[in-house]
Amino acid sequence: MTQEERRTEQRHAGSAGDGAAGAHPAIEVRTEFQHARHSGTNEKVFELQDISVFYDGVAAVRDITMDVHRHEVTALIGPSGCGKSTLIRCLNRMNDLIPTATVEGRLLYHGEDLYGPKVDPIQVRKLIGMVFQKPNPFPKSIHDNVAFGPRVLGMKGDMDEIVERALRGAALWDEVKDRLDSNAYSMSGGQQQRLCIARCIAVQPDVILMDEPCSALDPISTGKIEDLMAELKQQYSIVIVTHNMQQAARVSDRTAFLMVELDADEKHRWGRIVEYDETEKIFTNPSDSRTEDYVTGKVG
Amino acid sequence: MAEYDPQTARAQVAMAGARGVTAEVLSNQPRKDVIRNTIFASLLFLAIAIALAGLCLLIGKNLVDGWSRLNLDLITQNNSSIPENAGLRNAIIGTLWIMAFVILMLVPIGVGTAIFLEEYGNRKSRITRLIELNIQNLAGVPSIIYGLLGLAFIARSPLNLGYVILTASLTLTLLVLPVVILASREAIRAVPPSIREGSLALGATKWQTIRRQVLPASIPGIATGVILAISRAIGETAPLIPLGAATFVTFTPGPTTDFTAMPVVIFNWVKQSQPEFQTLAAAGVLLLIALLIVMNSFAIWLRNRYEQTW
Repeated sequence: MTQEERRTEQRHAGSAGDGAAGAHPAIEVRTEFQHARHSGTNEKVFELQDISVFYDGVAAVRDITMDVHRHEVTALIGPSGCGKSTLIRCLNRMNDLIPTATVEGRLLYHGEDLYGPKVDPIQVRKLIGMVFQKPNPFPKSIHDNVAFGPRVLGMKGDMDEIVERALRGAALWDEVKDRLDSNAYSMSGGQQQRLCIARCIAVQPDVILMDEPCSALDPISTGKIEDLMAELKQQYSIVIVTHNMQQAARVSDRTAFLMVELDADEKHRWGRIVEYDETEKIFTNPSDSRTEDYVTGKVG
Repeated sequence: MAEYDPQTARAQVAMAGARGVTAEVLSNQPRKDVIRNTIFASLLFLAIAIALAGLCLLIGKNLVDGWSRLNLDLITQNNSSIPENAGLRNAIIGTLWIMAFVILMLVPIGVGTAIFLEEYGNRKSRITRLIELNIQNLAGVPSIIYGLLGLAFIARSPLNLGYVILTASLTLTLLVLPVVILASREAIRAVPPSIREGSLALGATKWQTIRRQVLPASIPGIATGVILAISRAIGETAPLIPLGAATFVTFTPGPTTDFTAMPVVIFNWVKQSQPEFQTLAAAGVLLLIALLIVMNSFAIWLRNRYEQTW
């Protein structure tokens, strides 16, 4: 599918009822996004306004308000159970797959309500890709893993070229170019995860969400993926969940620190944002003492 | 020459003693444990021996009885009232016709049901649970009941197909559907949710995910289930008898003719008074068993060859 067609389809599928504004904001972004190669624009990809997520009516995260900026790596850190994964899964509507999950509040994507009545979650996921905690390559060849996304999306062009570009983008090409036909499960864990990243960028998304992408990997593979993130943010906006504070400090431009909150009788617990700021500030001069305790290792 | 050092000598003696004690302790297994272990292992061996002995006895007896008729004539000659000329040719063709239609109906219905229950059905809803319970119950219904059902609803009105191969195929399909549904569900469930998530996260639709990820990954399990179901259907006699399976057919059957099948003909031969027919029946049984062993082995090979470890 060419850029033109994608744009048309996007307009068709997702103009969530703002006839006056005309063009879909996401579309404008896509046309100019090749030019903006510097890091840290002030443009916002996501605006979360009082987002709360409930499972079966029980809150998992509450009142999350934060902005995610373009061409930045935004990290979500915090202890287990604070709802980091729940939160990141709202951003590409993966939570829709859990029938009992409900999302409250407003979530704007380039100014457009992501949960608007006319928005199709499938279109959302085409633009907002995701890399998961455990590498989950498909039980197919390396080539077919990368080609799967472009194929189901009906992207036009030379498939070998698309695959090569994606694998190069994920810094995997040199390692696998001679065995594109072998099964993806023959690769090491770190290669599998980079394959998942290649698979994700093959469909040319706008945002990449990463849910603890290195938690199952060894330090060397982790280092490769962290280097990769620094490169990828030139082209994409990245949101990463990590339980590894050093990783957040190394790779991210902004960091949100979430914490578990208990209600009065300690029966229910949910995550809430404690502090969200530039990463440097969070790690060197946090304004909240709880953030300081966590990033210095006193708690958590 | 090393100098004699009493300290070293004492240490060596002490160590030798300690080693002896250690060896003693390690080798001293309580007698009761040994006996218990032996008894339990023998009981388990007995269980498997009984199961295997039954099979060996069956095959052995039939080999002895039927060996003289186990030749090409058995599959190239039509049935006949003269035992010397009788063979299974038209029964085999009847069975092949029946199985062809069974596969045609069994695979889409069985796999479709499994996909619906696993991917679309809400596991908590009452209707899904009711369907599941009924499928499990159907797997335990005696096959003669299916024969009567086929007689009442398929051979006669409302379907009114008559006593033909299609009737037999429909009935046998109903009979083995639960096997295929249960096996397919297992295979579909074995595909980890992370694969579905990975596909959906790329913007694939639910159907694209099922069609291009879940189904290909579960095909080995589904195929195994289908083969096992068919090998069960091949051996079924009871449901075919109420459907008017002709025990004595001398022509070559087609989809809309009177029909017969291998187990029905063998059943008929056993009933005959001439000893030559008993020999024929034994040879027929051997052929049927060989067919089943081949099919089941193929199913096992298929499962081992293509099984995906996640």
